[in-house]
Amino acid sequence: MSETFDAIVIGAGPSGNACAYVLAKSGLNVLQIERGEYSGSKNVQGAILYADALERIIPDFREEAPLERHIVEQRMWILDDKAHVGGHYRSDAFNEEKPNRYTIIRAQFDKWFNRKVREAGALVVCETTVTELIKDGKGKVIGVRTDREEGEVYADVVVMADGVNALVGSRSGLKPEVKPETVALAVKEMHFLPQDVIESRFNIGEEEGVVIEVAGSVTVGMVGTAFLYTNKESIAIGIGCLVSDFTEAQVRPAFLLEKFKNHPSIKPLLAGSEVKEYAAHLIPEGGLPAVPQLFGDGWMIVGDAAQFVNAVHREGSNLAMTSGRLAAETIIEAKKAGKPMTAQVLSAYKKALENSFVIKDLHKYRRLPKVLHHNKHFFTDYPRLLSQAAETMLRVDGEDKRSKEKKVTKSFRSTRSLGGLIGDMFNLARAFR
Amino acid sequence: MQEISIKVEEKLYQNRYMVDEGRPHIVIKPHTQPTEALASLVKICPAGCYSRTETGQVEIAPDGCLECGTCRIVCAATGDIEWNYPRGGYGILFKFG
Repeated sequence: MSETFDAIVIGAGPSGNACAYVLAKSGLNVLQIERGEYSGSKNVQGAILYADALERIIPDFREEAPLERHIVEQRMWILDDKAHVGGHYRSDAFNEEKPNRYTIIRAQFDKWFNRKVREAGALVVCETTVTELIKDGKGKVIGVRTDREEGEVYADVVVMADGVNALVGSRSGLKPEVKPETVALAVKEMHFLPQDVIESRFNIGEEEGVVIEVAGSVTVGMVGTAFLYTNKESIAIGIGCLVSDFTEAQVRPAFLLEKFKNHPSIKPLLAGSEVKEYAAHLIPEGGLPAVPQLFGDGWMIVGDAAQFVNAVHREGSNLAMTSGRLAAETIIEAKKAGKPMTAQVLSAYKKALENSFVIKDLHKYRRLPKVLHHNKHFFTDYPRLLSQAAETMLRVDGEDKRSKEKKVTKSFRSTRSLGGLIGDMFNLARAFR
Repeated sequence: MQEISIKVEEKLYQNRYMVDEGRPHIVIKPHTQPTEALASLVKICPAGCYSRTETGQVEIAPDGCLECGTCRIVCAATGDIEWNYPRGGYGILFKFG
């Protein structure tokens, strides 16, 4: 491999596949390097696919991509040890010709996406780990070194789509190391059940899906959330918390998952299932303050490697695909104009991101990671108070309603005090503004 | 906290691995007393790869590693471990992910 490529893409997840596909489709000479046996073999996600981001890359993806169910119902649950308080949104409007969100199984989906990359003309090399970037005397990135023999390859530009650990960029000094406070560790299991059991258990039709997003006592005081997604013949269930909280609380991640699975609101949904995989993965949760420098002479960073996750809305793969596409479009524009891949030329990538929902959404929630980190009671006191309030008001036991209301108000004020309650509301509102 | 008995090893049996025999991708630096960060891995590694020896050191058996990178990040500041991706093609092979 001594030729020089127009671009090298490191990694074959959603951002890398999106980037390599768009580049190859435009006729550029693209090399994509993936360390796994196939695209998807190292990748973990819940997983929800947001159609819009992919539609802008492969408009007719629905005809051939391996999709599980389109989502018609979203349940948001706050758990305490025995109960859940929740809000559900279900709409027949989600049963549209081109549905908006799907559950997917990443190993299968990524394999398909990567096949499209190859069909578009990119050279995809799997089972190869990039060990470092090659720079010229002036510090411009001109290629990558791999763990293959004579595994040095050169290109005009290198796109790092190497995921949350992003070793290539941090070892080359282009980006700071990820911090335990800005990344969550999530563990996940795949539970298999017959299709008709899933459909009757969740009250859904053949193609319809339900997602449940959960917060509360199930994370035992740590900042985190849990989820349950319905696939065609399986249920994906997982839970994640900040790594810094795991180290501080010394909680076993597998224990946390078991606790969640055994919650009385969750257990019946999984009854009789067969577990076929246990996975763990990191999720960037630092938001905008954790986003590194995104480009330089001969290099760009996309996807999880750039910390592009909207933790509030549980979005990541769409930010990944969009950033991959925008990086590719920047390169294509530069090539067309005959410009070199300098930091100045590649800065158009950052501008494009700022004009897209990617940076706009991250900016909107830029304060939230800090607020949650310093206000653990959102995950402990409030779930318990909400659950107690609901139980107090719903239980009919001869006590009059006004006394019950007083009891509820008192429980909130004695736990958080009036000033605390107002401060919490202010902080939350400000973080969401 | 209520006790739920879990065996991480049993969870790992479900997974597919291609083990690179004799070439561990994570190595712990020799130590007599583990740092707090290193000691914490015994509990928080989701694959239960880390354990304590009888003499109090922390050791690792990375065959069941899920390659999440938690230990790498926790010990980045202390330099207790050397962490690399497995060689291309080796390590965990997610069937579903």
